[in-house]
Amino acid sequence: MVAATGVVSEQLRRDVQRRKLFDRLFVLLGMTVMFAALATLAILFLDLVRDGAPRFGWDFFTSFPSRNAGRAGILSAWVGTSLVMLVTVAVAMPVGVAAAIYLEEYAPKNWFTAILEINVTNLAGVPSIIYGLLALGLFVYQFNLGHSIAAAGLTLALLILPIVIVATREALRAVPRSIREAAYALGATHWEVTAHHVLPYSTGGILTGMIIGLSRAIGETAPIITIGALAFIAFLPTPPIGSEYPYVNFTWLSDPFTVMPIQMFNWVSRPDPAFQVNAAAAGAILLGMTLLMNGIAIYVRYRYRKKINW
Amino acid sequence: MPTEAESTPFMPATDTDTGILPIRESGRGTLHVSIDEARRNVAQNAPIKARAEGLSFYYGDFQALKSLSIEIREKQVTALIGPSGCGKSTFLRCFNRMHDLTPGTRYEGSITLYPDNVDLVARSVDPIEVRMRIGMVFQKPNPFPKTIFENVAYGLRVSGMRSRLRIEEEVEKALRNAALWDEVKDRMDSSGLSLSGGQQQRLCIARALATNPEILLFDEPTSALDPIATARIEELIATLREQVTVIIVTHNMQQAARVSDYTAFMYIGELIEFDETSKIFTNPSQKATEDYITGRYG
Repeated sequence: MVAATGVVSEQLRRDVQRRKLFDRLFVLLGMTVMFAALATLAILFLDLVRDGAPRFGWDFFTSFPSRNAGRAGILSAWVGTSLVMLVTVAVAMPVGVAAAIYLEEYAPKNWFTAILEINVTNLAGVPSIIYGLLALGLFVYQFNLGHSIAAAGLTLALLILPIVIVATREALRAVPRSIREAAYALGATHWEVTAHHVLPYSTGGILTGMIIGLSRAIGETAPIITIGALAFIAFLPTPPIGSEYPYVNFTWLSDPFTVMPIQMFNWVSRPDPAFQVNAAAAGAILLGMTLLMNGIAIYVRYRYRKKINW
Repeated sequence: MPTEAESTPFMPATDTDTGILPIRESGRGTLHVSIDEARRNVAQNAPIKARAEGLSFYYGDFQALKSLSIEIREKQVTALIGPSGCGKSTFLRCFNRMHDLTPGTRYEGSITLYPDNVDLVARSVDPIEVRMRIGMVFQKPNPFPKTIFENVAYGLRVSGMRSRLRIEEEVEKALRNAALWDEVKDRMDSSGLSLSGGQQQRLCIARALATNPEILLFDEPTSALDPIATARIEELIATLREQVTVIIVTHNMQQAARVSDYTAFMYIGELIEFDETSKIFTNPSQKATEDYITGRYG
């Protein structure tokens, strides 16, 4: 290609170049900021991995906490975390999705719903320790659930409910009006349109919101401490699945427990530096769990986007 | 698009008796209405399927339709034409009570469906009942993101049909009627969204036909399609006349002239003129109709 030499071309080129400078500047700025943020996370993670490296191994996952740092493990912590998350999903999913469906599809547009909507958003900003206090009064004492897995699961469910509701509403809203009209035009009722069309087509978005909510809940410490979870648990809850009839039991719901972040907090606060290694290893694993869950959320969203593109 | 043979140059629109007429020069190109005497006779003698009487419609305080009265004849195609915002789609959506989905809307007057003598816009009539007997095809093809089979079967399922065998029969029948069967019979389980735009629209027609509606409403069904797909849909509408009453909203004068037996011209919420299509396009009695058809506005 031969460069144009006309005066007008020259002028134009210089003008465009000058304006395009801002494009390049912005890209530069954006990349710098993004890398700074990502690098911080990466360094944090690598630092935890390096500090905790001596403790990684099968034993760490299968041992109870111990006074001897070298023998202590996170068995009760990860089992506790898993069971608490199970309760959280079981409660937050149906309640959150139902609330979102009501608000998005059924609620009349008036001042009452407007206030309701504003407050759902507000709830997302309430400090988690406040939820802990509420749960201590309500679940632990009023409902007499004690310092149990059920109480913790309910607390975290309450905590992530606003996240689930907001994400679900967004997913429901993404279903185009034309699809709803198509179903209505065939004589479907409001509920049929919701159950046969709107909900199935927004499953991807709903699951994504749910997982993002869970990855918030998995690292929550304050509300769990507030409701009185123990830091030192050297036994497991009753197994939910047994070998004898009726095979499934729910006594584990009322068992005491500990969770990953509390275990970590406990080790961090010990003066013996050997426990700091344990804390770092547990931290790396917790962070890994969160990243894994977010990864699943991204994958789920990607798969559903591919399946349904309007 | 009219073919070369069809598009004859401008001729005065007055002599309607010649049979070759009517052709009218318009701002949009040449319009062509072929007068088929046999078809006209049938159209004139067809029983009345629906009658709107003094139909007004309000969005809140805004009156979108002003006391319309019109007769829709059975198994004929009635076209609604008029400039954007004239209320033709609003009128169409009264027939299946689509407006009931929007809060703050109100109907006055009546649309009586014959032979049942039921008022479609009466408060006492459930819109869901109305929609189960009056089908609709929309402007933009809107298949469900489900399989082709499930798309067509949906209306049947909603109406309570459970037998897999019967549903399969009806689905095939509807797809044949929508001239889509041959193209999709080997891939009934692929997504409706995997079809081309024109096929998607025919799938939507099949979906609406499956429940045997008494009237089928078309809301600018070809405005999102290319000319070839448009031609196929128009052919399809011509054959649908055999089995169902059709009301079609269109922006395309040629389409109205080609596919319809009756045409209603609307302007700012009012029905200006309603007559046989051949009459409207050759010798309209209202100045406004003539101005619109010849492309002076709209």
